[in-house]
Formats: sequence, structure tokens, C-alpha cells
Amino acid sequence: MTTSSHLVYLIALPLISAALLLLLGRKTDKWGHILATLVSASAFGIGVSEFFAMQGRSGDARAATQKIFSWISVGTFKVDASLLLDQLSICFVLLITGVGTLIHIYSIAYMSHDHDRRRFFAYLNLFIAAMLLLVLGDSYLNLYVGWEGVGLASYLLIGFWNQKPAYATAAKKAFVANRVGDVGLSLAIMIVFAQFGTVTFAGVKAGAPHASTAALTAIGAMLLLAAAGKSAQFPLQSWLGDAMAGPTPVSALIHAATMVTAGVYLITRSNFIFDGSSTARLLVVIVGGITLIFGALIGTAKDDIKKALAASTMSQIGYMILASGLGPVGYAIAIMHLLTHGFFKAGMFLGAGSVMHGMDDEVNMRRYGGIGKLMPITFATFGLGYLAIIGVPPFAGFYSKDKIIELAFNAGGTKGIILGGATLLGAAITAFYMTRLVVMTFTGAKRWDEKAHPHESPILMWLPMAILAIGSVATGFLFNSGNSLVNWLAPVLNSRNEVGGEELMKPIVVSTLALLAVVIGVGIAIGMYRKEVPVVAPEKVSVFTRIARRDLMQDAFNEAVLMRPGQKLTEGLVKTDYFAIDGLVRLVAGIFASTSTTLRKIQNGYVRSYALIMVGGALALIATIWVVTL
Amino acid sequence: MSIVTTLELLPLLGAVLLAVIPKSNAELAKRVALATSLVTLAVAGVMAYKFQVHDSAMQFVQSNKWIASFGINYAVGIDGIALVLILMAAVLVPVVILAGWHESENGKWSAKVFYILILILETMMVGVFAATDVFLFYVIFEAMLIPVYFLIGGYGRGERAAAAMKFLLYSLFGGLLMLAAIIGIYVIAGNQIGHTFDLAQLSTLTIDSATQNFLFLGFFIAFAIKAPLWPLHTWLPTAAKSATPGTSILLLGVLDKVGTYGMIRFCIALFPEAAKTFTPMIIVLSLISILYGAFLAIGQKEINGLIAFTSISHFGFITLGIFAMTSQGLSGATLYMVNHGFSTGALFLAAGWMVSRRKSSNIEDFGGLQRVTPVLAWTFFLAGMSALALPGLSSFVSEFLVLVGTFTRYPVAAIFGTTGIVLAALYVLIVIQKSLHGPTTPGNEDLKDLNLREKISVAPVIALLVIFGFFPKPLLDAINPASHTVMTHAGVTDPAPKAGK
Repeated sequence: MTTSSHLVYLIALPLISAALLLLLGRKTDKWGHILATLVSASAFGIGVSEFFAMQGRSGDARAATQKIFSWISVGTFKVDASLLLDQLSICFVLLITGVGTLIHIYSIAYMSHDHDRRRFFAYLNLFIAAMLLLVLGDSYLNLYVGWEGVGLASYLLIGFWNQKPAYATAAKKAFVANRVGDVGLSLAIMIVFAQFGTVTFAGVKAGAPHASTAALTAIGAMLLLAAAGKSAQFPLQSWLGDAMAGPTPVSALIHAATMVTAGVYLITRSNFIFDGSSTARLLVVIVGGITLIFGALIGTAKDDIKKALAASTMSQIGYMILASGLGPVGYAIAIMHLLTHGFFKAGMFLGAGSVMHGMDDEVNMRRYGGIGKLMPITFATFGLGYLAIIGVPPFAGFYSKDKIIELAFNAGGTKGIILGGATLLGAAITAFYMTRLVVMTFTGAKRWDEKAHPHESPILMWLPMAILAIGSVATGFLFNSGNSLVNWLAPVLNSRNEVGGEELMKPIVVSTLALLAVVIGVGIAIGMYRKEVPVVAPEKVSVFTRIARRDLMQDAFNEAVLMRPGQKLTEGLVKTDYFAIDGLVRLVAGIFASTSTTLRKIQNGYVRSYALIMVGGALALIATIWVVTL
Repeated sequence: MSIVTTLELLPLLGAVLLAVIPKSNAELAKRVALATSLVTLAVAGVMAYKFQVHDSAMQFVQSNKWIASFGINYAVGIDGIALVLILMAAVLVPVVILAGWHESENGKWSAKVFYILILILETMMVGVFAATDVFLFYVIFEAMLIPVYFLIGGYGRGERAAAAMKFLLYSLFGGLLMLAAIIGIYVIAGNQIGHTFDLAQLSTLTIDSATQNFLFLGFFIAFAIKAPLWPLHTWLPTAAKSATPGTSILLLGVLDKVGTYGMIRFCIALFPEAAKTFTPMIIVLSLISILYGAFLAIGQKEINGLIAFTSISHFGFITLGIFAMTSQGLSGATLYMVNHGFSTGALFLAAGWMVSRRKSSNIEDFGGLQRVTPVLAWTFFLAGMSALALPGLSSFVSEFLVLVGTFTRYPVAAIFGTTGIVLAALYVLIVIQKSLHGPTTPGNEDLKDLNLREKISVAPVIALLVIFGFFPKPLLDAINPASHTVMTHAGVTDPAPKAGK
């Protein structure tokens, strides 16, 4: 373990910049966005230099720590504000600051007409700082501060245009759903402390082999609940679609590439917990499996381009969660898919933003059509992301998703067949909804009216898209060649020590099946949407389509099971408080009042006479003591 | 003379000075009051500087005979717990005076009287936390009601007289029970060690468990009314709706803490066995307070009532932490008392400014304030984030310490308590959405943002919320030895980690 003295700047720079922009206010309108972008870029610079410094050290000495100050110390509960940069967190640092900087650059142009642009950049910097703390904290409690910090930034950004009531509601919904997850994280930390007497990752890792399986299962289940909240996994998934109320760069950075993947980070970071409990791993796999299908199904029915992409994000994170429940190599594969997804999904969101920019903020794909010719760069970069997500070789998603499908099939027995089948089905549906999206948006006849003037976006917007597109092409190959990413992460995740396990199918068979699924998905989508697309969504559709359009009834369910009973309970308690509890008090007071009508004369309303009575009473009490002690 | 006594006398001196100022010169009265409270704060700062954090004994002690025939002394001294609470009070008084510069204007009496009452109250706030003589504590505990009664009844809004009376009757009822218990313990002391009200000596008594239980309840009910704990809470929302913002801050921020402080200082120190007997009941009541207070806060239509119910929820956390009887629970609860003072203070300040500008305290009359009065909206937002214990703000540290400290001994209670954080998100975010977001509600278009005086008054409070979120260490360093003493005296130790190495 090495000590480093400049990890803190990674967090401090964007935090100070955010504070400056918020505190100085309008005075920084002219240069606020430039400062924020430079700060984000310098954080990336620090990240890159740390990365190369790590390369210079051998395997186990690569991790670096920095103690900043002693935060909380009560009894044996000691938590330092300390940072840990290891092989796992550096992946995130580079992703967050790298993609983050590209999105800062993009936003300079995208938000140029918004007179609150400075506030937007302040929130972005706040997000970067919090997200870096999340992945750099050396203990669960430090992680928690970052965890809620990104939640706050997400809330502020979803509600950036909160003068619109629906947007304000979407922000609140995201916060509350995340808070349900936070109950899980809080309880996980409490169990960890009660078990191990420490909350640092190193301490828990050392203690985990001595803990009971029941304890590890409980911790794992609570961590999973936390991950479900932050990463929009079943059953806490419903907020992500609404979160698209935020400006599109936010959807790309926070709600696609980084924050929503924090649940995957939490699980992989806690590998020593999940390694010790097969029940906890099974729960992880179930949640991931359900969500990957759930999100993909919603994706098939959305006409709003951002919501279709959001559903896709939910589904893709389902893949990652599923992988992280499949043992040591699974953690590394989950991270690989997380990184490749970070590139292609962020790129596609920026592409969607570019389309919206040209289409007067229209998000309904039924009002698009034929945009590819007018926005060639957007089409090309989006297209590369598209090929990556559906898993066409040799694009990034092919490597990472194929590994997950392979891993799922190899989970063994019926479990393996179910999981493998689910991932394969997910791949087919992904190919379907993504093809539908691309066909409806970029090809075919135009369905927009004369008011829209689709045009290619300025360089500040297309350059980040192009860079992300290169990532969508190259990262999969890069991470996979020589098993580089898995080996890199091995000291943290133990991913190298994996025993082969029985192979259900040879990798080449899995790849063939996966490609077949993709071809089927693409084929059906082209068949359905190549023809004319109605501008208004057809009313006469099957009950399945209707359910999918309503997000598989997730909101209806939450409203019926949680919200309305909660409101009833609240109303009931308000009445109870007034009529029963305070009523009893008033009743007692009333009895005294009516029996004291004879004393009415001293109730003359003069406060001074009440004071006199109080003094008299106090004297009487002193007299009582005197009598008692005689 | 102990510096504690100096600290008690300073505001009193200011009050005397105010008494000779002509009634017509309200501005001068305000300035004298502010200056007095700032000097008091400075002296409190000196006291904190001189305080030896590693010394767990009472410091700055002073004892003079008062009523010798009863063994009653003027005896004061502070440990870390008392220190941080006195400091909090000393910070809040000047904030309240500066923030509510015009608060006294709708009163029955002059501005001068308002500030005399505030300064007398400050004297008592120092005294009540510093008293080491049980009788002295009792006298101040009861006498504090008088200035608050006049502050609510004379300067409040709406049905202020009724609210003041309800507050007074509730408190007097509790005080009566405590008096009976004090007489009881005095008699027992007389039989065992001689007549005394000295807290340290009284805590060495051996009392049979039945008597302990009665005496414990006498103190506890008085403190549970003050804190307030469910179901003895209904006076608080009534008082908060009628009191001026400044009075509410001192009432909920400082005076109510006398209840939770008393639980540590008297209930547990004097009757450790009874405290253990009643712990299950108190933990259940705390959990009900946490959840009930939160639900009621969600259901409020009036903004001050909402803040009052959030406080009932928070007091549930404080009592939970105290009776969990672990280092984290006890220190966390004490830290919670301090942080809650600033957090609720900020909420009442912001809400008070919103109400005085809008001339209404109904939540539905606000709306869209973020774009009309951005600084005020940010203040309210940050105070709200502190109320929901957002990590990075001070209330998170204390709330988490309470929960983790409870979990190590009573995991099920901690699980119930933790669900409260979801409800906290709801009661804060709903009011934030209704009052700050959305289109501007008609009638709010021309509301003025905070002026310089208001900004200066709230800035230190917000700064403390952030600073203690990251550096709670100075406070915890002072509190830890004191809570260690409490635990040692009660004969309890922290549970050991379950997974042995």
C-alpha cells in the first residue's frame, strides 16, 4: 500500500468550484461554465497521472491511500475521512472524470441558451466531486457521503427546470426511491459495525471470513437493496424513467454512465461479503435477471427517445448486477460491461440530445424520421453506439455482454439455463428496441412539421459524441485482449483465482446463439418499423403493449400499495392526534375549567395576576418541602 | 467566581441595562440586547477554550450556600455535555435577536420588554445546564417557563394566549411530578447521608427498586413533556404555531433539550437501575415518536406545525440514543441535541421569513419561491436537507451515531428507527416542492429576498451545519468523556463485535 498526497484534489477541486459558482451567483455567469469544465478536465488529468503511477508499481502495491482528517470517533466507532485509490476505483475515476469532462464540453453548447447555465455547471461539478468520493472513500461511511451527494446532485439536476411541476415531482420521486435504498445502506453499515467493529473496506475484508453466513447474507441483502435504489433495479426501478426530466447531458452522465452504476460498484467493492454468502449472490442474480428483462420490455414500448434509452439503461445495469452475482470473474465482467456501457450509452444520450437540439426539444420518436441525412455526424456516432449496445462484433458491447451470457449459462444446472436464457432473451429484445429507435429516428420519411429545422449540432457537441463513439468501438477489444481488465482488477476482486467450473457450452456456441438473438431482434424491428410509422401512437394495441407503455404498471403498483395507503395512514394519524390525544388533553383541561368556575374571579386575564399565582404556588411548594423535612 | 457564573450574570446585566432605557427607543434596546448576547457568546467561547476536553470531571465548579437549613446550594459546574449545549444556546441567542429584528413589533408590550425576556431566558438557559444542585436545577427549570410564557402569550400570533396557557399547564404538571420526586430523593438522602441536593452525592445513594421506579418516573415524565415524547407532545405544535420564530427557536432548540439533557443528567445518573427497567418502554415510545412525528409532519398544512412535528420525530431519535446506552448512542444523542438546535433554528428562521413576507403560514400559499426569492429558498432548502440528515451536514453524523449505537444493542429498534429516514425525505421534499418549486403562486410575485441583516444572521447557522458535518470532532471530543462517565456510573459497556478475529 502506497500513500499519496494528492488524491484529495480529485474531490476538492470540483467541490470548491461548485461552491464558488453557487455562492458568487450571477457574478460568475460569464466564466462559470469554463471554470467548471477546466476543473473537471484537471481532475481527469490527475486521474490519468495516478493511473500511470499505478502502472509503475507492481500488483499488490498499486493501491494508494490518503488520510485527510479524523472524521468521527466515538468509542470503537472510528471513521477517518480517508481515500483509497486501487485498481477498481481508478476505473471509475477515469470514467467519471473522462466522460464527465466530455459532457461538460457538450453542455457548454447544449445549455448556452439557458440563463441558469452557471447553476447547471455548479451542479455538474458537485456531482463529479460526490461521485469521486463515492468511489474513493476507503470505508462504507465515506462511500455513504458520496452516495447521498450524488443523490443530491441528481435531485437538483432532474429538477433543474423545477418550475414545471412534473419535473419537480420527478426529482422528488428519485430522491425518495433512493432513500428507500439508503435504508438498506444504513442498515448494512450498522450490521457491518456490529459484526466487525469497523466500517473500513480493509477491516471488513479481513474480518469477513470469521463472520457467520447469516450475517454476511443480511449485509449482502441490505447492500443489494441500496444498489437497487441507486441503480434503478427491481423493485426500486420506477424513478429512472421520470428522471429523464433533467437536461439531456445529465441523463448521459448521471443517469446512464456513472451514478446509476454505483450499485454495481457497491456490490463489486463488497466482493468479500458476497463471496461468503451464496444466498446473497442468488438474490443479486435474481434482481439483475428480473430487471434486465423488465427494462428491455419497457424499452420496446416507449416513443419518447430518452425514456426508451432510460429503459435500456435499466436493462443493461440488470446485466451488470446479474454478472456481479456470479462470483469472482463475474465482478470483473460486470465492471467491463459498466465501462463499455458508460461509453456507448453516454454517447447515445448525447446523440439524442443532439437530435432534440435540432428538433426544437421534441422527444417523441413518432415525430422524427429521416433525420440521419440532415445530421450525419449524430447519426454516425449514434450508429456506432447502437452497434455496440446490441453486441455486434467487434464493437464494445459484444465483448462485455457476451461474457455475461457465457457466465450465466455456466452458472450450472437449471439456474444456468434460466439465467442464460434470460440474458439471451434480453439480447434479442435489446436488439429489437434499439433498432426500432434508430429506424424511427434516423431513417424513413420525415414525420416532423415545418416548424422544426433539423441541423447538425456545433462542434462542441459533436466532438464529445465522436470521442465516445471511438470508445464504443474500441474499449471492448481493449479490455478483453489478453484478459487485461480481469487481470488488472484481480488483486481487488480475486477474479484470477476462478476455477474453470463446468462449461455448459463452448464460448463460440454462446456467441453464435447471442448473434442469432440479435439478428432475430433486428429483423423483427426492421420488419415492423420500416413501413410507415403513425405520428400518433395507435390506440388499438394489445393489452401487453398497453402494459409496457405504462412501464409494466410500476407506478400503478406503487401508488396502490404504498402511496395511497400511506396517505390514508397520514390522514388517519392527523385526526387521531387532534381528536384522541389532544382531545384527551382538552377533556381533562375542560373538566378542570368547569369545576373551577368559582375561581373565575382570579381568571381575570391579567398576566401579572397569573404570575402572582405562580409565585404563590412556588412558595407553597417550598413550604411543603419544609413540612416534609421537619 | 466561576466563568459559568459570569456567563449567567452577563445577560442578566444586559436585561437590567435594558430596563433603564426609555421604552420609546426600541432601536437602542435591540442594539443593547444584541451587544449583550454577542459579549456572552464571546465569554462562552473563552470558556470553551479553557475547557479541558480530556478531563471527565465537572469543570469551572462553584458552590455557595443558598438556603443552608435545607442544604440547598448555588452549585454550578459543567462537563462536556453541558458545555456543548451552553455553547449552542450562546450562538442561537444573537442569531435570534438579529434575525428577528422586527419580531417584537406586534406584541402586547414594548420591544424593550421582549429583549429583557430573551436575555433573562439566556441567563436561565446557561444556569439550567450548569446547575449541579438538584434544587437549583428545579427552580430554574420551572422559572424558565415564565419568560417563555410571556414571549408566546405577549408577542405571538393567532391564539397566542391559549397556546401559552397550554404550554404552561403541561409544563407545570410535569414540574409538579418532578418536585415530588425531588422531595422523595431528598428524604432518602436525609436518612442515608444527610440533607443535600448535591447531584454527585445523591447519585451515590442506594435506593430500593420500587422507590427508584417511582422517583425515576417523576423526573422522566417531566422531561418527556419537555422533550417532548409521544404521547405528551401536543403542546408543542400549538406553541410553535403561535410563537414568534425567535421564540420557537429558543423553545425547540434549547429549552426542549433540557428534557433530553435531564434524562442523561438526572434520570440515568440518579436511578440507573430504574432506567434499565424502563428502557424497553422508553425505546418503544421513542420509535413511536420518530415515526408518528414524521407522519404527522407529512400531514401538516401549516409550516410551523410541520417543523414542530419534525422535531418530535427528532426528539424520538435523541431519546432512542440516550437509552440505547452505548457510547455511540449517548454521544450521538448529545451531538444530536446540538445539531438539532442549529438545524431547526435554520428551518424556523427561513419559515419565519417566508411567513412574514407572505402574511400566511399555510404551505399552499407558497410556491415557486426558488425563482422569486432565491437566497431565502436556498436557506430553506439547506435547512430542510439538514432536517432529513443528508450526509455532509451535521445532523447526519448525530443521526447515524444514534442508529449505529442503538443497533449494537437493540437491532430491531434500530431497524424501525432507520425507516424513519424515508419518511424524513418525504416530509422535507414535499414542503420544498410545494413552497419552492412549480410556477409562482399568485400573490408571491413581488416577495423580497433576504436583506443583508437577515443573510448575516442565518449565515453562521448554515456554516455550522456544514462545518460540523465534516468536523464534528471538537464537539465529540468534549462529549465523549462525559458520556463515558455516564455509562461507567450506570455500569454498562459497549457490546463487542460479534465476528471475532
